[in-house]
Amino acid sequence: MQYHRPTSFNEAAALANQATGETRFLAGGTDVLVQLRADIVTPDTLIDIKSIPGVGDISQAPDGSWTIGIAVPGAEMREHIQLGKDWPGLVEAMDLIGSTQVQGRATLVGNLCNGSPAADSVPAMVAAGVELSVTGPTGSRRIAAVDVPVAPGRTSLAKGEVVSAVHVPARGKNAGDAYLRFIPRTEMDIAVVGCAINLTLDTDGTVTAARVALGAVAPTVLLVEDAANALIGSSLDEEALNRLAEAASAACNPISDKRGTVEFRTHVAGVLAKRTAKIAYARAQGENT
Amino acid sequence: MKKIHVTTTVNNDNVEFLCDPRETLLDVLRDRLNLTGAKEGCGTGDCGACSVTVDGRLVCSCLVLGAEAEGKKIATVEGIAKGEELHPLQHKFIEYAALQCGICTPGILVAAKSLLEKNPDPTETEVRYWLAGNLCRCTGYDKIIRAVMDTAADMREAS
Repeated sequence: MQYHRPTSFNEAAALANQATGETRFLAGGTDVLVQLRADIVTPDTLIDIKSIPGVGDISQAPDGSWTIGIAVPGAEMREHIQLGKDWPGLVEAMDLIGSTQVQGRATLVGNLCNGSPAADSVPAMVAAGVELSVTGPTGSRRIAAVDVPVAPGRTSLAKGEVVSAVHVPARGKNAGDAYLRFIPRTEMDIAVVGCAINLTLDTDGTVTAARVALGAVAPTVLLVEDAANALIGSSLDEEALNRLAEAASAACNPISDKRGTVEFRTHVAGVLAKRTAKIAYARAQGENT
Repeated sequence: MKKIHVTTTVNNDNVEFLCDPRETLLDVLRDRLNLTGAKEGCGTGDCGACSVTVDGRLVCSCLVLGAEAEGKKIATVEGIAKGEELHPLQHKFIEYAALQCGICTPGILVAAKSLLEKNPDPTETEVRYWLAGNLCRCTGYDKIIRAVMDTAADMREAS
């Protein structure tokens, strides 16, 4: 195994483009090194991208949007007070992953590019409308988080492409997000169903924009437009919540495994969507929940 | 295979070592630096027995490569006591008999110290969540949690 420590994303992309065999980028390593240790994937080329300037930074632009470095671990997000005020759902989703020790290393981009359908931070990123900068051998592009996973363990990134920054939109007024997952215990588990919702209200409390994302109920994260439409124009009355639950359940295409059956996951997606929407709505109204 | 030369700091001592690119920080600590306090339980980041801090951040050393230690500040259980003088957590773990076989103990000490540095007045729930990544198959956790809570109270009083 070749270990590289490039100091720019262009250099990282060039290294990956020239490499043969299995190539992995190393940031937090909480998936890559587990796979290495368990003999699941032994990379021929490992490119440690933590020596690139800025990868550990969280910064806010004058327009209120955020840029999160690709090596920022969950623990740093959790400790960033203003980021947590703007995007509590995103921060909480990331914080649910693994132990304190895992939080010291695990990153948003790692969670996304590992390609697990059950990744906790991914529905939250999709609901928030997160975009990624991607650096490749021939230049850079910007891609929505929802377009990165294409199948379990697979992404749309081409050979030589590396995610170089995470862009979180400006929070804006009267808006809030939330993430909930179902697990059969209280900590240290993998989502059976995950649901993230991001809402914007007008001053009367009517939902003007909504994004609803589901995890662990399909081969990839789902952005459910019907579920969002069920909320838009409502004040989150019981009828709108029931329509939301129906649309969320209808979008599910899960598998049965040891964590849950198809029927259970489909039902729980609807239940979680209602609960998540209520939290996002309360936050959009300025409640500190 | 070509070895990587690494310069780092372990418990405030400057150290240098050569390691294979696949070698973990845990392997390096135990096999090259003879610091056998950090234990290998699972080797895949689940049990916390290999807990150390890297630049003040609690991590599993089995999920860090030795090569990644370059230029970092590593702290292990060996650095918790000051010479012969035990850290208050170590005293309390003895007083409460918060261990049986002891495999998990170094990791739990490192993790608990890291918690108390960030939060000198944790609730029991906060202690339990913070230590959720440190598995102990002997004690049932109760004595560990009480030892940490009592240490925190003593340290607050002393400061």
